[in-house]
Amino acid sequence: MQDFLKPHRIVLILIAAALVIWCVFELNWSWLANPKYQVLILQGIWRTIWILVVTMVVGMVLAIPIGLAQAAGPWYLATPARVFCTIIRGTPLLMQLWLLYYGLGSLFPSIPWIKDSALWPYLRQAWPFAVVALSLSVAGYEGEVMRGAFKGVPHGQLEAAKSMGMPAFTMFRRIWLPQALQRVLPTLGGETVSQLKSTPLVSTITIMDIYAVTGRIRQDTFIIYEPLLLLAVVYMMITGLIVLLFRWFESRTPTRTA
Amino acid sequence: MTCPPPAQIPALELLGFGECGWGATLIWGLGNSIVIALGAYALGFAIGICGAFGKLYGGPIAKDLLGVYTTIVRAVPELVLILILFYAFTGLLNDVLLAWGYDRIQISPIITGIVVLGVVQGAYQTEVLRGGILAVPAGQIEAARAMGMPSGVVARRIILPLMTANALPGLANLWLNATKDTALLAVIGFSELTKATYQASATTKAFFVFYPAAMCLYLLISLTSTFLIGRIEKWARRGQRDVRG
Repeated sequence: MQDFLKPHRIVLILIAAALVIWCVFELNWSWLANPKYQVLILQGIWRTIWILVVTMVVGMVLAIPIGLAQAAGPWYLATPARVFCTIIRGTPLLMQLWLLYYGLGSLFPSIPWIKDSALWPYLRQAWPFAVVALSLSVAGYEGEVMRGAFKGVPHGQLEAAKSMGMPAFTMFRRIWLPQALQRVLPTLGGETVSQLKSTPLVSTITIMDIYAVTGRIRQDTFIIYEPLLLLAVVYMMITGLIVLLFRWFESRTPTRTA
Repeated sequence: MTCPPPAQIPALELLGFGECGWGATLIWGLGNSIVIALGAYALGFAIGICGAFGKLYGGPIAKDLLGVYTTIVRAVPELVLILILFYAFTGLLNDVLLAWGYDRIQISPIITGIVVLGVVQGAYQTEVLRGGILAVPAGQIEAARAMGMPSGVVARRIILPLMTANALPGLANLWLNATKDTALLAVIGFSELTKATYQASATTKAFFVFYPAAMCLYLLISLTSTFLIGRIEKWARRGQRDVRG
């Protein structure tokens, strides 16, 4: 604490506090009192977090086979996995999202069996496209990360498991995967923050996440800066939460440092 | 000549440079994307070098302010920063101009794009370059100081050449990010490659012609960059021992 509170820092903190107080009292926050906007903002934050969690989970589940195929698979699995990762990582997410939403979205109505299927009510909405596009993006980036993690597990561990007579799947489930996942934990925190920062893209395909909500407030009220400031604060708070969560995760797995 | 309905035009002609083709629009968009990416990256590098040296060797206030800058920029989505900086940058510039008695000006979208993305890039490059400088063996810098080199010369002759190899992988990632981040400018209406693709495909409904074509262009940029960066890294690592043994 003493280390943190050096004289110059106290001055900086005071200046920052003055800035915050100025923002609170001088800027126009009257729109926050409107119950309609309060509901929209809470819904928006909820949607952003929902999309973040769902796409991270689905993406990681996809990334494990993709990483495994690249690390240890035969060429006919490794090559498609590598091509997939290159395409996902080499093109902007916004473009992938628009290709799915505008491209596939305009193709589906012209195919009779899709229009008659039970899935059709969902395919008419925007969120399935957002979830698919963002999950594939996670799968592409994490597939590369998982490849490194699988390769990084020491060979002796796998040989020991094999010599104990473990079947291949048990070895994967008990030895290989847990050790690989433990290796990616520090990276995964950063990747989750990156994914959070990609979620506002879904507002371009009509999903009312927190970014779209503030956009609508700006349009309704003609107030430019204040909703944007709120937006930045909301994202910083979610980022902080993610960082704390992963710090807690990492502290739970015992590691030996030399 | 009036074009037939887009559904009757073959895909290659849609992508071509003829009167009914959108090739020129796409190439124009690609050019804009590359110019913005290069400009933003260069600006980011200038900010990054100053930021990295400031964070390591600057005074206490400079260190803290740079810490705030890199933390905030890296915690807030690029899309939000682009909006904030877009309004703030044009607003501030016009306020200054009005205060000095000039008229308001309309800043060209390309310049705005470069400044906005450059400020974002600067925060990331600060961190990468800081890591690169930290990885330079302290003895090298101490030796240079002991020889009586002024700090500018130490930076130019010792630190920068030695850190290049350490910082290159991170800088390469950031360059690829810069090329992809230009797509975000489509959201606020800049006519770069993603926006051009959107316009072309929305007009012609040929989504599966234009999107794959544009994706190939983006891939082309990233694959060529990866190849060139590999060459540069080899050059930067010349004379280093191969750790793979």
